[in-house]
Amino acid sequence: MRLFNNTNIPFVKYRKIAYVISLILIVAGLIGLFARGLNWSIDFTSGVAAKVNLTALDSSVEPIQIDELRNVLKNNGYPEAEIQHVGPVQDASFMIKIKSETADAEVSGNAKNEILSIITENFPKHVEGMDINQDVIEEIYEVGPKVGSELRTNAILAVVIALILMIIYIWFRFELLFGLMAIAALAHDVIIIMGIFALTGKEITIQIIAALLTIVGYSINDTIVIFDRIREDLKIRRKEPLDEVINFSLNETLSRTVITSGTTLITALSLNLFGGIVLNDFAFAICLGVIIGTYSSIYISSSLVIDLTHATKKEKRTAQKLSGRR
Amino acid sequence: MKKFSWRGLSIIIFICVTAFYLAPLAIPNLPGWWSNHVLKLGLDLKGGMQILLEVDTSELSAADARGAVDQNIKIIRERIDQFGVAEPSIQKLGENRIMVQLPGVSDFQAAENLIKQTAMLEFKVVANPDETRRVLDSIDANVNANLDRFPALKELAELDRELLEEADDEASSDLGIFSSLIRPGQMDYEVQFDSVRLVQELLGNADFVQMIPAGWQLALERANAENPRADRPIHVLSSAVELSGADIARARVEYGSATSTDPRIANKPYVSIEMKREGARKFERVTADNVGRRLAIVLDGVVYSAPNIQERIGGGRAQITGRFTTSEANELSIVLNTGNLIAPISPASTSIIGATLGSDSIRSGSTAGLIGLAIVMVFMLIYYKLSGLITDFALIFNVGFVLAMLTAFGGTLTLPGIAGIILTIGMAVDANVLVFERIREELDHGKTPRSAVDAGYKRATITVWDANITTLIAAAVLYQFGTGPIRGFAITLTIGIIGSMFCALVFVRSIFDTFIVTGTKKSLSI
Repeated sequence: MRLFNNTNIPFVKYRKIAYVISLILIVAGLIGLFARGLNWSIDFTSGVAAKVNLTALDSSVEPIQIDELRNVLKNNGYPEAEIQHVGPVQDASFMIKIKSETADAEVSGNAKNEILSIITENFPKHVEGMDINQDVIEEIYEVGPKVGSELRTNAILAVVIALILMIIYIWFRFELLFGLMAIAALAHDVIIIMGIFALTGKEITIQIIAALLTIVGYSINDTIVIFDRIREDLKIRRKEPLDEVINFSLNETLSRTVITSGTTLITALSLNLFGGIVLNDFAFAICLGVIIGTYSSIYISSSLVIDLTHATKKEKRTAQKLSGRR
Repeated sequence: MKKFSWRGLSIIIFICVTAFYLAPLAIPNLPGWWSNHVLKLGLDLKGGMQILLEVDTSELSAADARGAVDQNIKIIRERIDQFGVAEPSIQKLGENRIMVQLPGVSDFQAAENLIKQTAMLEFKVVANPDETRRVLDSIDANVNANLDRFPALKELAELDRELLEEADDEASSDLGIFSSLIRPGQMDYEVQFDSVRLVQELLGNADFVQMIPAGWQLALERANAENPRADRPIHVLSSAVELSGADIARARVEYGSATSTDPRIANKPYVSIEMKREGARKFERVTADNVGRRLAIVLDGVVYSAPNIQERIGGGRAQITGRFTTSEANELSIVLNTGNLIAPISPASTSIIGATLGSDSIRSGSTAGLIGLAIVMVFMLIYYKLSGLITDFALIFNVGFVLAMLTAFGGTLTLPGIAGIILTIGMAVDANVLVFERIREELDHGKTPRSAVDAGYKRATITVWDANITTLIAAAVLYQFGTGPIRGFAITLTIGIIGSMFCALVFVRSIFDTFIVTGTKKSLSI
């Protein structure tokens, strides 16, 4: 079975359209990043996140409404608490998040114990007969300000260092221009994905940073396979114009690109659908990354190589002309 | 006769190693040396608690600071061992951080208290009523003179004045503002529950401490666990430390008899302590000098009990009572036995994962993995037929290899680690896809299966290396900058990539070669 047999899709011809689409996506992403900013999770901002299960053992007890919980926490000194319902509606499972307002202001080291005691005091019926430690707490994260800001620095550093190392590797294996264009395509992917996260208000957790780095590794992988082929074809088809050679290489590698992206997307989707709440956003980021990364490897990185080669050649030619006249 | 090949040998080693480390997961009754090598689950899958502690060494010299962190680790390890946690992990991170991981712990609060407690135990003489009155009066006078330095008290004073003006009651107008927070109880002065927080803040305020006459200090009594909103007694203590934790030889939990007349002990656990010889001598002297007075047992600045000294006590035995629950008494005795932390510690971050969430994560993670694996395998089979089937075998081996290597290197499987494995399933076929597509092209050019396979592998190998090295770079960076679960992800990703390259370039290739060399087929099922 073959999905793509001797295709000849004029990718290169339509590259301007791709540029426009990418430009729109990037601008939208940047607007999202600057206007709304990223929603850093407490891993990075410091604070407390607690997931508690307040489903009463006695089924005759009315389930806690989210507003009740919000009011109780508000009246007990936590007006800034963000509360979300987790899972099915009949389960009174809540995620309570209290972020430090600024990086320096520390959420008290005792916040998690205070929240728990506020809950047990105010909802005695709902926690009756349950062991707070074993039945009520599903997970709690408490992050101090020092660790939070360190992590944020590390996360940004990690992404930047990964990008630099890849430029160096591709520079070493191909040409600097290829390396730079591959990274331009990567930056394109990262900006769009971060933009989507900013616009949807999804949290940037440590796992999302991990997903981002995986995408960086994955998307460059696609680009390199295509570049490899271009390099090979350039040797064989010396006489043909660059545009056609690159278009030929893109078509040759198309089935591989689509199949690999497809299998990765399948596994990422299955993680997204069946992997549980904890991995949901992580898998979402990977899915986005696979789609955008594949698109950018086909349309952006090679196209940029073409246009930049043209630009530099034109300069050379005009330079030659100018010197010739003189 | 087939000649010896390194490739064949490496495949045999690969399969044996994988089987060796996976066997304990599948076969129950293996000998100990074998079954010890079993895949460990991370905290996020098993449930448990992780605390990152920061050791404050700012008040120690550089040489002492280094020792202090190690000493603290030793003490924390001892406490945890006595508390009874299976497979705790206590590591030093960087210069002055300690990472404590307690898998499977369910009583989070107790565990946290146990680790955090500095346990500065002190015995101090309690002021008699006259002295207490004098100290309080002089605090009032000092505070009144410096009211501007205590905004909270000033506010309170103004409120009082307004109330008094209304009531026109001159008799109590001379009552000092600090004294107004406390009132005489049955035995001691007591602080009403509503004012406890304010008083605690004042006691922690260096400015306020200066207001207390030299040689004395104030300390609240421990909150009543059964009735947390009850008033709390406050004591005036002589600041001289008569005995400290260093004088203690041994602490142990005991239970008071049901018939005891002291409500603090009756039917309740308490901690009995035995002093070292030197401590016992000191204790004897203190009790002899202070017959008729009270001796406070102060732990971390909080009075646990302040019994009357009825007579000189020899033998160096004492009891710490204070309406403990059994687990509290247990913790206290552990902490007393293991000694004080050398430098104060504070938690920089804490994660608690309930056991339910962990097992849910395992279930949903493996469901997602199996579904993803199944779809990819079916696809490969349909798309590449027999060659796809070979890849499918390699894929299963690859997943096994990741788990086996994790076990071999003593790594732990975390939730992001599972995600890493699932992603490598998708990525692992990449190397094969690259090769297969290349072989198909070569076949299209009219080559025989034999030479198409050779040419396909030859050309695709470089690409496979190039493509995977970049992902390895990303994984290495992740490992370097990540902590805990993220490292787990980076490790599984790395092992997965290495495994997938091995599977594609060695494993699948040898099956191809063997199949084509020995087989009589003229066509290739691809």
